[in-house]
Amino acid sequence: MLAGRHPVLHAVDGVDLTIRKGETVGLLGESGCGKTTTGRLILRLEEPTTGTIRFDGTDIVGLKGPALRAFRRRAQLVFQNPFDALNPRFTILRALAEPLVNAGIDRAEHRARIERALSRVHLPGLDRIAERFPHQLSGGQLQRIVLARALVLEPEFLVADEPVSMLDVSVRAGVLNVMREVRDAMGLAAVYISHDLALVRYVCERTLVMYLGRVVEDGPTEAVVRDPQHPYSRALVKAVPVPHVDQSHDPLPIIGSVPDARDPPSGCRFRDRCPSAVARCAEESPALREIAPGRRAACHLI
Amino acid sequence: MPASLESTAAVPAPSRRSRFLRTLARAAAVPGRDPFAIVGLTIYLVFLLVALFADHLASRDPLEILFQANGRLARNLPPSSDFLLGTTHLGRDIYSQLIYGTRAALIVGVTAAIAVMIIGTLVGLVSGYFGGWIDSLLMRLADIALSIPFLPFVIVLTAFLRPSTWNIVLAVAILLWPNTARVIRSQVLTVRERAYVEAARVTGAGNGRILFVHVAPNILPLSFLYGSIAIGWAILTEASVSFLGFGDPDVVSWGYMLQDAFVSQALSRGSYHWFVPPGICIVLVVVAGFFVSRGYEEVLFPKLRD
Repeated sequence: MLAGRHPVLHAVDGVDLTIRKGETVGLLGESGCGKTTTGRLILRLEEPTTGTIRFDGTDIVGLKGPALRAFRRRAQLVFQNPFDALNPRFTILRALAEPLVNAGIDRAEHRARIERALSRVHLPGLDRIAERFPHQLSGGQLQRIVLARALVLEPEFLVADEPVSMLDVSVRAGVLNVMREVRDAMGLAAVYISHDLALVRYVCERTLVMYLGRVVEDGPTEAVVRDPQHPYSRALVKAVPVPHVDQSHDPLPIIGSVPDARDPPSGCRFRDRCPSAVARCAEESPALREIAPGRRAACHLI
Repeated sequence: MPASLESTAAVPAPSRRSRFLRTLARAAAVPGRDPFAIVGLTIYLVFLLVALFADHLASRDPLEILFQANGRLARNLPPSSDFLLGTTHLGRDIYSQLIYGTRAALIVGVTAAIAVMIIGTLVGLVSGYFGGWIDSLLMRLADIALSIPFLPFVIVLTAFLRPSTWNIVLAVAILLWPNTARVIRSQVLTVRERAYVEAARVTGAGNGRILFVHVAPNILPLSFLYGSIAIGWAILTEASVSFLGFGDPDVVSWGYMLQDAFVSQALSRGSYHWFVPPGICIVLVVVAGFFVSRGYEEVLFPKLRD
């Protein structure tokens, strides 16, 4: 009576990935491919229907109470939209203290920890911004504060979901450089979720390309960008605009748009847009398998 | 740095309690920017002062039977310097009844409004935030409460409990919370999806903290809006119930005065000084409530101004 019948949508299905300590991984894909859901799953903001997610050996699926809080201290998120990620009624000081309050850290330590996080993101002393509200700061400053908030707990793992896509182009590089410095200084493992190949190339050692809820290619970023193996990755690399005004663009090797995730094609999910699809692609879903040392792809034809 | 920050003087961190009070004060001060709301608040303030100082303002006990200097019952007297609004057919001072009636009205109105605000806000918060079966259950309860007719319900309640003004408070609380709860719930549904709520969760905030520290302050003005509407409703209900003769016989209220005037045929005698003043008071209080809520609406939904 109360619950209608909903079509099941598998936003993410059969994603298999490992992130090593201190490694920076990029999740690349177009909107709707499940990269954000993957990021949310890794942080336990979303419950998977099946599967396991292990963090430092422990399965975080179904974690509760103190164990979940302990995990929250070690894994943090940087948001896409800094204008929405800070409570408009909280001063900057309160926003930065929030993780410390939640983690039950002694009040006396708050100031020192917040100052340390702010210096990591190159923001001036706490006194100058402590009593300000988010709407009084610029996007670039807010994103640094969002990053600082993620860092006050000294996490080991960071997920950044499109961390600069809402920022002006002029301040993107600054924020990205800060994130790189932070990663190197703290030895963070990080996942960057983005549709922007250039960003992933700039910050990530390893890249995973996702298409319609699956990982289709996985490898060192430079190798994936220079020599993409999966037909979708090839199209993605080719779609990057070239900075020549009058240069005509080769037509993309793929046509159409992403099919409805509620009703994906049988077999390989990319086959109806793939220029080289064969009969086998419709029958059998390709597994993500090793194609070269450190490189994996999910395609029958490789 | 993309832009330099001019330095501001470091303000000492406010304590938790003063922060809560500040949030409350800010929510309560919202309608102060609308002229209608200022009129409404002024009317409330006047009635509040009258209710507080009723003992000093009223010249006599409202139920005392008065006699004239010649020893005759002071019944049906027109307004005079001695009896500002004249007397009733039983020789009671109408002016004093009106003053004490203000106190009765405000007690009913304010307690009912507080009850509606608390129940409606809590239900709306819980329902909107947790969703699922809790939401379904609470919203079906709200549907049931909304389907109950108002006055008959109060009369039935009076039959089961003793006649008392608290019945009216109870009835208003039971029947009016769903309006508040529904609006608060819909607001919570949008606030819940904001990234800063997610941010609180990812930094380890529990449901209670998210609900009361991050979500509730954003919907507090809406609670006040529905609270101010409830004040008028409760006073109106009390007057109606008393007029019908189901009110508390020991409490002098505006409805009680109207009923007293009605049964003693004050209208046919032309004793306007008896039943017009309580009527005006009821109108003023109810109108004030709607003026205040109008002020909230304009501030909460700025698009209404266009």
